[in-house]
Amino acid sequence: MAKILNHLGYKIDYNNQQTCCGQPAFNAGHRDEARKVASRFVDIFNSADVIVGPSGSCTAMIKNYYPILFSNHKLENEASKLRYKVFEFSEFLAQQDQIKNISGKYSGKVGFHNSCHSYRELGIHQIPLDILQKVKGIELLQPSGEPVCCGFGGLFSFKFDEIAATMAKTRIGMFTSLNVETIVTNDPGCLMHMRQEAIDRQIDVKILHLTEFLVQAIKL
Amino acid sequence: MSENSRFLNQSQLFSRDENHRLKILKAISTYDDQVDRMKSDQFIDWQQARLAAAKIKKYVLNNLPSLLEEFEEKISSRGTKVLWARNKEEAQKYFIDIATQHQAKKVVKSKSMTTEEIEFNELCQNNGIEVVESDLGELIVQLANEKPYHIVTPAMHKSKSEIGKLFQTRLGAPSTDDAELLTMIAREHLRQIYISSDIGVTGANFIVAHDGALVMTENEGNGRLTMSCPPVHVAFVGIEKVIPRLMDLSLFLPLLATSGTGQQITGYNSIIRGPRQRGEIDGPEEMYVILVDNGRSELYNKDHFRPILSCIRCGACLNACPVYRTIGGHTYHTPYQGPIGSVITPQFRGMEEWSHLSFASSLCASCTSVCPVNINIHELLLENRWEAHQKKKTDFTWNLGLKMWAWIMSDRFRLNIVSKLGRHIYRLFMPILSQSKRKRIPDLPSKSFKDMWNNYEQ
Repeated sequence: MAKILNHLGYKIDYNNQQTCCGQPAFNAGHRDEARKVASRFVDIFNSADVIVGPSGSCTAMIKNYYPILFSNHKLENEASKLRYKVFEFSEFLAQQDQIKNISGKYSGKVGFHNSCHSYRELGIHQIPLDILQKVKGIELLQPSGEPVCCGFGGLFSFKFDEIAATMAKTRIGMFTSLNVETIVTNDPGCLMHMRQEAIDRQIDVKILHLTEFLVQAIKL
Repeated sequence: MSENSRFLNQSQLFSRDENHRLKILKAISTYDDQVDRMKSDQFIDWQQARLAAAKIKKYVLNNLPSLLEEFEEKISSRGTKVLWARNKEEAQKYFIDIATQHQAKKVVKSKSMTTEEIEFNELCQNNGIEVVESDLGELIVQLANEKPYHIVTPAMHKSKSEIGKLFQTRLGAPSTDDAELLTMIAREHLRQIYISSDIGVTGANFIVAHDGALVMTENEGNGRLTMSCPPVHVAFVGIEKVIPRLMDLSLFLPLLATSGTGQQITGYNSIIRGPRQRGEIDGPEEMYVILVDNGRSELYNKDHFRPILSCIRCGACLNACPVYRTIGGHTYHTPYQGPIGSVITPQFRGMEEWSHLSFASSLCASCTSVCPVNINIHELLLENRWEAHQKKKTDFTWNLGLKMWAWIMSDRFRLNIVSKLGRHIYRLFMPILSQSKRKRIPDLPSKSFKDMWNNYEQ
């Protein structure tokens, strides 16, 4: 992501003290632990002009759930302000009108797996597909209907790993049945989960994050 | 076996059952196509329709006590007796009193989730009353000694040939797997039952406050026969089913049919305003409406959860749920399966035994996005999880794990050490965290982003 943003002319700060947005604990119902970690996030990112994340899920946590987590808390104001400057990677490119500056080459049949939180929590529907369309040489193949969950769901995939694994198998199958060779996704969670499933079941498909895919296509 | 272990066992079994999954997928995807088509064919703007419905339901919830009293007053004026049941036991007692008064030996019942909730069939069995399900799907699961698989399509998991065999053994019917013939067999069987039953029991999809009416939607006509043939009609209705005006049906009937089964409107829609009136030649002689609370008032009093009482039981969230599609309806072991069930079951039946249902979701929000009355279902799962944690109903190892996680994440140095040891830590903790035998260990990258960043020049 850093490489692509640099390539498009942005300077990036990375605070090496940063850790996590707090979502795992929040989703597990442990709101005190979540608030502890999220408070740290708010402190560290308060001064940034813009925050770009390679995950729709983390972005949605900050945008949609920080207001709940910090309701009536001393950081309520600061936490709520973050939602206006945090962007999921593809969303940021669109917001900055940078999609037109994307080019590159990649050969093969490509499918895009939009993460549930990017699609349904953030409403990012068409943007990643528009970005992929800028890359020459690909054949973009999408399963019909709404994006279906890959089964990751954070701690869900630990707690109910058999259900989660079968969901990943089902989701990957929707792409491989179209003969997709590379599945591109915009969330590291989905990526890790589906990649593991592909390895476990020896499914012959490459799974890349949108940023990894663009780095390969643009040859950065 | 605890409900949690039962759920885990079943879900693992079904996760591995490819045939079962394909069968369910086939059944649901037929609906999917029809639902999508109907949303665009029938509504100029589906999203606006959802919001309009949610607004009416919000009005209802804000005025629930007075609307229910108005319903009681209006429907009573035409001879229906209204009974208020605070819980399952009261609802059961009311029914047994009615059955005793009418010396009822045989009951015919149409499809009703509220009767599932109060375990009506078991009640009849225990009191020596024969009860026959009149909805085709419900009849099938009753004959198979099973519970409904889905709140709208209870026999979704049964193939035509399985149903044929069931009818052959249980009803002595000739062997067939032709859908039309199977329906005819059920119809012939049921016609006798309508005539010979002492009480017809139904639910209701809506009750109309201003007009004192009960509304039932169905596709087989069995509901109409169930409530009109026997001399007594008893309807069990959840207190949240109220809508203000008859006119609101112009939105809710197509909304329910579209969302539930992809129909323009269901085949039979009955509006019932009371028992047989003087001068009328048909209809039941007596009619009772049992308004069932059974935990709803408690939900009503929790601000966050109040919207869940807008649910019209269309089943769309079950169909959309990738977890439901993977583990099937019976795994939930509750009358209400899928996302709606995972919100209300722990609330109705207690976090102690049922909180695992709220955790068995990837929070993909498909349920929320298809809900025709715009309920934030997935967010309510999060509220349940929080409540479970506050009530100390979450797992000990998980609590400890998350405390450690928060400790690690509160200091970058700690995280650095942990990420260096990442792979080994996973090996150590997976056997504790994972509840199955599979123990998946994700393939972690050898370098963290921080390491890569240190060697990177912009």
